Amino acid sequence: MLSYAVRRLVAMVPVLLGIAFITFALVSFAPGDAIRLMLGSESVNVANVERLRRELGLDLPWYEQFWNYLGDLLRGDLGTSITSRQPVADQIFQRFPNTLVLTVASLVVALLIAVPLGVMAAANHNRPGDYLAMGFAMLGVAMPNFWLGLVLLIVFGLELRWLPIRGIGSLEEGLLDYLSHLVLPAVTLGTSLAAILTRLTRNTMLDVLEEDYVRTARAKGVRPRAVLFRHALRNAMLPLVTTAGMQFGALLGGAVIIETVFSWPGLGLLSINAIRQRDLPTMQGAVLVFAACFMVVTLFTDLLYAAINPRIRYG
Amino acid sequence: MADVAAPGTAQTGRPSRVLRAFFRNRLALAGTAVLVVMLGSALLAPLIAPHDPYRMDLVNAYAPPGTPGHVLGTDNFGRDILSRLIHGSRISLFIGVVVVSIAATLGTALGLLAGYLGGAVDEFVMRAVEIFYAFPFLVLAIAVIAVFGPSIFNVMWVLGLVSWPLYARLVRAQVLALHDVEYVEAARASGMSRWRVMFRHVLPNVLTPVVVTATFGIPEAILASAALGFLGLGVQPPTPEWGAMIAEGKDFIRRAPNLILWPGLAIMVVVLGFNFVGDGLRDAFDPKGKGR
Repeated sequence: MLSYAVRRLVAMVPVLLGIAFITFALVSFAPGDAIRLMLGSESVNVANVERLRRELGLDLPWYEQFWNYLGDLLRGDLGTSITSRQPVADQIFQRFPNTLVLTVASLVVALLIAVPLGVMAAANHNRPGDYLAMGFAMLGVAMPNFWLGLVLLIVFGLELRWLPIRGIGSLEEGLLDYLSHLVLPAVTLGTSLAAILTRLTRNTMLDVLEEDYVRTARAKGVRPRAVLFRHALRNAMLPLVTTAGMQFGALLGGAVIIETVFSWPGLGLLSINAIRQRDLPTMQGAVLVFAACFMVVTLFTDLLYAAINPRIRYG
Repeated sequence: MADVAAPGTAQTGRPSRVLRAFFRNRLALAGTAVLVVMLGSALLAPLIAPHDPYRMDLVNAYAPPGTPGHVLGTDNFGRDILSRLIHGSRISLFIGVVVVSIAATLGTALGLLAGYLGGAVDEFVMRAVEIFYAFPFLVLAIAVIAVFGPSIFNVMWVLGLVSWPLYARLVRAQVLALHDVEYVEAARASGMSRWRVMFRHVLPNVLTPVVVTATFGIPEAILASAALGFLGLGVQPPTPEWGAMIAEGKDFIRRAPNLILWPGLAIMVVVLGFNFVGDGLRDAFDPKGKGR
């Protein structure tokens, strides 16, 4: 297990380099002059522009610039924001926990919906309960998440006034305040994943329920509920873990949109605001952190899969 | 949703059997109906739209649904919502088809080369796939569009470029599975050149899963372009793109929630239609599937 983990970590290095290259290329090969963008639109002294260009190393050939970029990354230096003049790394460090809270909460919401609903559907195969669950599974992936967010916002925020519609709660105001701000964004972001996982849980359960050991368990008189949850669901969990991990990227991408809908101060809102203000270094840093985060989640998923699957032992 | 027919089973279904299986599926029929309506509205938009989608009429702004002459009401500028939806169907369908064409062509070509040639080419393509997969899809698309600027043209090539790895991976797996199948070996043994075997015998047999995946790719592209439009990074107002319409309407949700209601429903119905057709195709091509 340990050597498998080490091998996976080593295999990540070329991919990390590739990610760094793409985020580097995004800004370096972008049309327009980075310096002029940085100094704003006011007419600037040509000599100043050239001096700044030399200071920032932007007069070097691109491979030397990339080398310097990698060096900066290793030191944790993600550049300086054009708008706030603060280190990008600080801004990201401040916002990232909020995005993590939102995405993990969405994952929890998705699992809380999908597992019971999927099991219910499989247990009632081709009966109303099944159709209900599959109806949810189909609608959940077809709704644009930003639209669902706005609809929930209108219904629960503006009409019923049950939940706050924007921003993040502070823990000093109590856990309830914090959670009440989290509910709408997390449910919105988690819905499409819940739909995907419901369908998956149902289909895997249907497969598993046809296995011999399930028949044996039933034949020897195990209660139906115990067959479902103890014998079948445990084996259906494996594809669930893998898919949830793979779909985490979609959660991160969705977070960019949902954070803008609910003004949730995370990495997504940071990048969208950076884009609107043409603050490319901040956007570049945020994209890099998004990708790195997704890689870590993927690695974690693979390790978890290896750990919970008794049939796999990586030597 | 990407679990398509196993290699080797895909080409066994004869067209008539596949079609019959497809049309026996009620959801697939409903999906087909939706797509026919969508295609009709996209092709005939100027003829069937009751009003000019851009014509403002401030006196009649915020007309509720059911107003005579404006079945779905009017928006904040008094523009007819139904007409805007009809013209929007053109844009969404066009984006979806172009994005998937770019992604599927690029991905199929690279996957074919990687699987068939192997070696360094395979290594290079699969590394690129891995790197692209490491980015959350929408984050990369947003970043690239942010750099190049929002426009319908940029939305199409960026979404296409970002989604090719799915097809490359799929085709490569199919090609590897076909490598030792008898008719491919026979073609090779009969002295056909590598390229001829690749195009004549391998390529046609990997296309079925590509078509099924592409059917699911179109609604994904429509959702992604709507999200970009919503963020202001896609098609720009006043063009009646559905995502952009929702973005415009969200400033008026207290006063007129129907401004966002209709475009959202339109996106949902179209995505459902494509997904039903995709499910139907997949089940029809895979006779061993249990038709779930």
